[in-house]
Amino acid sequence: MPDIPAYTDYHPRWLRRRVSTYWWLGNWSYFMFVMREASCLFVAWFVVYLLALIRAVLQGEAAYERFLALSARPWMLALNLVSFLFMMFHAVTFFDAAPRALVVHVGKTRVPGSLVGAGHYAAWLVVSAFLFWLLRGT
Amino acid sequence: MIKRDAEPFLWVLFSAGGVMSGMLMPALLFLFGVAYPLGWLMPPSREHMRTLIANPLVAVTLFGLVFLSLFHWAHRFRHTLYDGFQIKHLEEVIATVCYGGAIIGSAAAAYLLWHAR
Repeated sequence: MPDIPAYTDYHPRWLRRRVSTYWWLGNWSYFMFVMREASCLFVAWFVVYLLALIRAVLQGEAAYERFLALSARPWMLALNLVSFLFMMFHAVTFFDAAPRALVVHVGKTRVPGSLVGAGHYAAWLVVSAFLFWLLRGT
Repeated sequence: MIKRDAEPFLWVLFSAGGVMSGMLMPALLFLFGVAYPLGWLMPPSREHMRTLIANPLVAVTLFGLVFLSLFHWAHRFRHTLYDGFQIKHLEEVIATVCYGGAIIGSAAAAYLLWHAR
């Protein structure tokens, strides 16, 4: 008969190794993972920027000019340049992951993942060209 | 706090927001954030912008972009803090700030676009 272990109020120490907060800095793919997650901060920033733009347009000519001047300030330009790079990274990583998240069927045949991915890129190109046309200088 | 059953719904918002922001934001950010300030392209006039924003189709698209992008941010940011950085003890505060912020931002967009008609 095995001995019955003595009952105590305390549970044994968990076998859990403490992970450093900077676990993602040592490895390139971990680093890219965190950068990809961080891109959402720039998505949020652009929403704030977009709302400020809409507000300026509604307020009138002077407010719109002020908004354009603010966008040309060096710190704002730098912030938006970095945001743009993160936004491209976000778009590419998201569209690359799309075939894995989205399974499309036509009739009973599954649309190959490469086609789902290509569809996203084609749509991206068309939408971007349309925006360039829509927002051309007048 | 965040019920397990809400998770798939929040993931759909995250996913839709990821696609929509990926489609629209790079071009918008390039134009307003880089090309116009650097003088590479001429910005549209205020009148042109005013007419665009008053268009119902543009307004609905802009609202969708703001709403979905904010929920994309909220969901991803919450999970990064929770899973990536193991900030478990503040789970409720983080969730409230993220999804609450997304709701407030969407309400602001609705208010602005409603008055733009």
